[in-house]
Amino acid sequence: MSRFPLDLGSPGWEYAPAPEARTVARLDAGAQGRLFIGGTWQDAADGATFPTHSPATDEHLADVALAGGTDVDRAVAAARAALPAWSGLPGAERAKLLFRLARMLQERAREFAVLEVLDNGKPIRETRDFDVPTAAAHLFHHAGWADKLDHAGLGPAPRPVGVVGAIVPWNFPLLMLAWKVAPALASGSTVVLKPAETTPLTALRFAELCEQADLPPGVLNVVTGAGATGAALVRHPGVDKIAFTGSTAVGKDIQRTLAGTDRRLTLELGGKAANIVFADAPIDETIEGIVDGIFFNQGHVCCAGSRLLVEEPVHDLVVERLTRRIGTLRLGDPLDKNTDVGAINSPAQLARIRELADVGEAEGAQRWTADCPLPERGNWFPPTVFTGVSQSSRIAQEEIFGPVLSVLTFRTPDEAVTKANNTPYGLSAGIWTEKGARILWMADRLRAGVVWANTFNRFDPASPFGGVKESGFGREGGRQGLHAYLEPSADRGGIDG
Amino acid sequence: MAALVLPDLDVDPRTLGDGEAALTAFLRGLPGVDRVGNERRAAQLATRSLKQDTKRALIDLAIRTVDLTTLEGADTPARVRSLCARALRPDPADAEVPPVAAVCVYPDLVATAAEAVAGSSVRVAAVATAFPSGRASRTVKLTDTREAVAAGADEIDMVIDRGAFLSGRYGAVADEIRAVKEVCGDAHLKVILETGELATYDNVRRASWLALIAGADTIKTSTGKVSPAATHPVALVMLQAVRDFHLMTGEPRGVKVAGGIRTTKDALRHLVLVNETVGADWLTPDRYRIGASGLLTDLLLQRQKLRTGVYGSADRVTLD
Repeated sequence: MSRFPLDLGSPGWEYAPAPEARTVARLDAGAQGRLFIGGTWQDAADGATFPTHSPATDEHLADVALAGGTDVDRAVAAARAALPAWSGLPGAERAKLLFRLARMLQERAREFAVLEVLDNGKPIRETRDFDVPTAAAHLFHHAGWADKLDHAGLGPAPRPVGVVGAIVPWNFPLLMLAWKVAPALASGSTVVLKPAETTPLTALRFAELCEQADLPPGVLNVVTGAGATGAALVRHPGVDKIAFTGSTAVGKDIQRTLAGTDRRLTLELGGKAANIVFADAPIDETIEGIVDGIFFNQGHVCCAGSRLLVEEPVHDLVVERLTRRIGTLRLGDPLDKNTDVGAINSPAQLARIRELADVGEAEGAQRWTADCPLPERGNWFPPTVFTGVSQSSRIAQEEIFGPVLSVLTFRTPDEAVTKANNTPYGLSAGIWTEKGARILWMADRLRAGVVWANTFNRFDPASPFGGVKESGFGREGGRQGLHAYLEPSADRGGIDG
Repeated sequence: MAALVLPDLDVDPRTLGDGEAALTAFLRGLPGVDRVGNERRAAQLATRSLKQDTKRALIDLAIRTVDLTTLEGADTPARVRSLCARALRPDPADAEVPPVAAVCVYPDLVATAAEAVAGSSVRVAAVATAFPSGRASRTVKLTDTREAVAAGADEIDMVIDRGAFLSGRYGAVADEIRAVKEVCGDAHLKVILETGELATYDNVRRASWLALIAGADTIKTSTGKVSPAATHPVALVMLQAVRDFHLMTGEPRGVKVAGGIRTTKDALRHLVLVNETVGADWLTPDRYRIGASGLLTDLLLQRQKLRTGVYGSADRVTLD
């Protein structure tokens, strides 16, 4: 039969650009860049600001107020002042406001999705299909809890923890906000939120949403800034609880600071998850799962499956299939709806990824890099796979927090468990096998807060998420997550789970 | 029994021989399909955004890959001639619209169709082997095929024996495909798996490999008489089989999706699956077909819309 000519413009098939409109983000909107304290928009007391840039283009997006000690004082005082009225509201009234926030976030999903892309560099496909819908889902889930706290497992009428200092990272700015703000508000607590220095914009936009939803002043306060702002919040004696998501190093500092005080703490820190592939795994879905595990959000995921442990007989097959598949990933303009891999969030993070990748090479691992052109401006790192990685290699031990996968092998399930657990971290793990009994056997032995079977990087507000060992403590999501924001009303001998 | 590992890429599955044991071991040794993961991947690819030139090119490509089909008890020579006229020139008002790949009819109408499209690029495909159920003797099925080929069919769309497949008699299914293939001669053989009756993705994968090993030029999802038919996850599993068969043997085989594809959006999503699973080399009517009847109307209206900005009423295109 004759071959018909293909008029697709190239031997392959290039998708025509399908960019989401950046105007949707309303970058020049009203209160942009000011602190949200006690229901009002304020400049920093000393007038200081810092810039935030688009990681994909280096473009200057906005100048944002740099909160100092005075501003943090004000924010904590506003949260304290709002606490009695907010915690005194009937749960159903708090639920109403949370449901309203969730609906408003859904209605403005596109705006939040685009704004997150601009500030963070992640692809619109992810903010549109994951970050924003999951953030809304957390608000809905916890709205449902607000009038059912008696059934949270802490006995009747549990008390809110009080004023919460929430410090969230740059990898999922809006989603991590929702993970903390939603249960806090449902519990009757009030919040001072400190978004990450490189990604403050969606938190400020969320504050705008709270204002429009008629959330009482002071219930949510947003102080933007860098490490010093976060440290001021952590040290503040007026805060009852710190909820932190970020690096293990900073988490340890926070724990040291709070030691000996009566302030509560939950930490969700780094990870070096093992994604364990057995020879009987469903190979095509496994390859997709490995790709989702490490290249989702450019690998800026604390629970990323950054260590691939493959049963030896299928090592070559998996690597061959995986590199073939990675070769089809589309890297580039994160606003384009067909982009799979976006920009690295900051020059500092890019430098760290480069450094560790070079270390991997120097330590003798074989480096494979996807053959994709990188944009000239912005922070970019191509999807990279290291094979021949040994357990002692730094790229098998340290969190890279980038699109870099280390491949190791194992011979027996015991060896897989031993290697998977042999890391200071313990946040997540993945198991790929068609054998159900083996999944359960492995899950019992893996020291990780979350174990995925035949999938990876799946989240649900009803499912508690958190780590063990140096990945932190405390859970977010589900009833267990709610406990982090509640206290039993009387001395009942602790949590009954 | 073989380990559950995708067979080594150096192995040529065509050399398994005629023995049922080797075939069964091979098929049972194929890796499983995880339902959740497969459906997730298919859904993810459905979010690809097709704009401007890409959309324009893909609509024309979709038209060129259509097997324009009429498979009704009420079919008449007049209706088939009318279908052929539309296949040759889908949009009478626009000569730039390419002809479709083929017309697909019952065997008794092959001669009518062959005469109507003679001298053109449009092929005549016939559903044979006691379509759609396949519940007839081997003799009847082979005679059905033989007559269709003799009447001028360029392509034969056969159905597999789903009863034999579901009871594990893989050898019988393969034998029948080989026998039909022999009768086909030069005619292109499409093997219909009827995935809606196979029920699981594991079965779809096994049936795909079985058909490829037995000599199918193209594997086809469905008869169009059973629902569900050409779903995206099913198409994905079949494309993976064709991709892997090509990797192992160097031989490209085709895929045809048929049944339930009625909109341009759905058809284009199928083309995305092809592009991102097996590659753009498969985006040709030689290797990829969409079996449909109503789809063509929407393709033509969407094509007009790209030019005029208006999605016209169905009366703006001819129905058959």
